[in-house]
Amino acid sequence: MINRRLILSFLWCVFSASVVADEGKLLATAGLTQLEGAGGGGIVPWATISGYETQDSYSGSVFSTQVSLDDYKMNMTGVSLGIYDRVELSYAKQTFDLTSLGGHISQDIYGIKTRLYGDLVYSKMPQLSIGLQYKELEDTAIAQLVGANKIESGVDLYLAATKVHLGAIAGHNLVWNLTARATKANQLGLLGFGGVINNDYEIMLEFSAGVFLSRKFALGIEYREKPDNLGLGEDDWKDFFITYVPNKNFNLTLAWADLGSIAGIPKQDGVYLSLTGYLW
Amino acid sequence: MVSLMKFKIQIKPMIVVIFFALLSSCATQKITLFKQLGGDAGVSNIVDNFIEEISFNPKIYAFFKDSDIERFREKLNQHLCFVTGDSCEYTGDSMIQVHAGMNISEKDFNITVELLINAMNKAQIAQPLQNKLLARLAPMRKEMIYR
Ligand code: HEM
Repeated sequence: MINRRLILSFLWCVFSASVVADEGKLLATAGLTQLEGAGGGGIVPWATISGYETQDSYSGSVFSTQVSLDDYKMNMTGVSLGIYDRVELSYAKQTFDLTSLGGHISQDIYGIKTRLYGDLVYSKMPQLSIGLQYKELEDTAIAQLVGANKIESGVDLYLAATKVHLGAIAGHNLVWNLTARATKANQLGLLGFGGVINNDYEIMLEFSAGVFLSRKFALGIEYREKPDNLGLGEDDWKDFFITYVPNKNFNLTLAWADLGSIAGIPKQDGVYLSLTGYLW
Repeated sequence: MVSLMKFKIQIKPMIVVIFFALLSSCATQKITLFKQLGGDAGVSNIVDNFIEEISFNPKIYAFFKDSDIERFREKLNQHLCFVTGDSCEYTGDSMIQVHAGMNISEKDFNITVELLINAMNKAQIAQPLQNKLLARLAPMRKEMIYR
């Protein structure tokens, strides 16, 4: 069953095409929205600032993402503000349904990111940004049950580098991103922060790469390292995605996500569907 | 000894093949981007389309309203030939000199890039080639914006 909010926001985006998003950036260079609400790829935050604004303007965007796994379902909805292509403020609500076990976890994620250097297309070196995600867990019972050290809230800090290489692969444009994240979060924080095996911040590497088959379609892969603080065999995440960017009003991403073992249930993979709409 | 001879004889055609493969890859490298874009005719077609695109875009046209368009046409042809690697001479002014005082914003720049893409689409330049031209122009942006 496809999420109602996703459909609604999709329709809303299509019909609001007349609400003109600021079109300062080149098509697709605003990136997408990753599942914690930051401008990024799908699972990895990028150095991009979320909207189509430039250093003279600001932008607003909304996103909705759904990941349907074998035993779980994740929904993310959020908003983001891009200010002068320099600062990004984001909020996302994440809900996690244990479809086979029964149960429900939700958390709020407040994000801030600031661009330190460069432009992903025009500067010789990659665009660099530093960001922070403050995660507040609403339903703490399961985190407590699995032995998380801290159950209320946690903070992730990351440094991201993103670069587009025009015409790099047989004339096609290539984009890559590398992010280093300091985190204690178990399964993004849905299972709390820290645990019996490890209770310190660890640096996790996250990587995305994509090729533009045309101006509107891109194919790519992502990989995100994850800590295993709880000793439940938390796995690294990976996905293969195809993104459609018809215009600067919205983009749509379909992916196959392999999230490995979650809360002791192995082999969680499934379809990832995400939509970002740009308001102004 | 005999087996070694055999080996030598077998390896020779391989070397020849590799040699020609290298040669031919060099040869394709030698076809400049300028030629791939269709040479003089191809590039002047892009420039003509680009000027037309500019004339229909009020925001960008505003920058050109007092310009000598025939000079711009000539110099841009030369400049594109120059940056795409043929042995062309560029007789215009430097990118910094030309664009100083215009206060071109990031947004203006990107709109202009999109007009150039439209111009190349109209000239039926394949996207991979378009990207290669854009890749040559992109590093020049810093000489033009906010000056
Ligand atoms: C990579 C991008 C660009 C390249 C390679 C480029 C190249 C050139 C060249 C070769 C000339 C002729 C110089 C001469 O007459 O000596 C020129 C002139 C001009 N360019 Fe650009 N340009 C670029 C971007 C822009 C942008 C973004 C704008 C404004 C939005 C702009 C506005 C102008 C104007 C108004 C002139 C005419 C100046 C005059 O009247 O003397 N250019 N450009």
